[in-house]
Amino acid sequence: MSVLAVVRPDSWNLPLFIHVLGAMILVGGLLTGAAALGFARGEVRFLRLGYWTLLAVSLPGYVLMRIGAQWIYSREGWDDLPDDVDDPAWLGIGLITADLGGLILLVSLIAGGVGVYRLRAGKGAGLLKVTLVLSLVLLAAYVVAVWAMAGKPE
Amino acid sequence: MSFDDWLLALHVLSAFAFVAGMILFWVLIVAVRQTDTPDGTIRMYPIVKVGNAATGIGAGGTIVLGIWLAFSVGGYDIWDGWIIAAIVLWLLSAELGRRTGAAYMQGMIKARELQTAGQAEASPELLAINRTSNGVLLHFLASVVVLLILIDMIWKPGA
Repeated sequence: MSVLAVVRPDSWNLPLFIHVLGAMILVGGLLTGAAALGFARGEVRFLRLGYWTLLAVSLPGYVLMRIGAQWIYSREGWDDLPDDVDDPAWLGIGLITADLGGLILLVSLIAGGVGVYRLRAGKGAGLLKVTLVLSLVLLAAYVVAVWAMAGKPE
Repeated sequence: MSFDDWLLALHVLSAFAFVAGMILFWVLIVAVRQTDTPDGTIRMYPIVKVGNAATGIGAGGTIVLGIWLAFSVGGYDIWDGWIIAAIVLWLLSAELGRRTGAAYMQGMIKARELQTAGQAEASPELLAINRTSNGVLLHFLASVVVLLILIDMIWKPGA
């Protein structure tokens, strides 16, 4: 793995940079959104801050990460593998957390959006608690994904 | 996974924590610009502590594990240009981060003073401190330096 890193072709660098930068923005947005929602203690300002951070930081980060992922996947030739050859485990973990994580992020944003709308009407923040829980689940999943993508376990 | 693979994984996770902390502070910088009450400013402190933990663990982990990797992994040496550049940039980001923190703590200190004095209403003086342009500039520079570290780590110029 380390030897591979030394000899990585230059043409892989830009897609890898976009992938990693997007993932870092995604994780940063999830951490910030979860912290704001978690420490809000019912205060509308922090609930909104948490939700808007997920929408304005995590979502663009996710899009950047996923574009970079597909680009580097193609550059590294993984899409040229024969059908009977499986992707390595680290790549499988990355793909599952990216795609399933995207779906969970979308659900958490929809729940949070409805939750913010309900706040305006003076209703409870229950849906934003769902958003908080999903954000924490995503954060944990992406920690595992980063570990797998960087350490490349067999 | 070999020991070096574990080191690399933890090094990269530390980098993620470092950048996540910096992003958290960007969000707080935007949020605090609208905050003119002592309570509103002080209420941000628990989130600040999350950012401090992320940047602290991230910065410490990247430099310690990064230097360890430089000695441990074959093909890399501590005196390689890109590794020296990364260490210099890391030191610069640490100092910029320290100064950014000091600039924004002025608002927290002022908010506590006002709260101790029994003032709960909006304070133009507190708002002005919370909108420190020096703090924004320092955090912007720290972010640029961290971005340069990431570019250096991926392109590894001269390796």
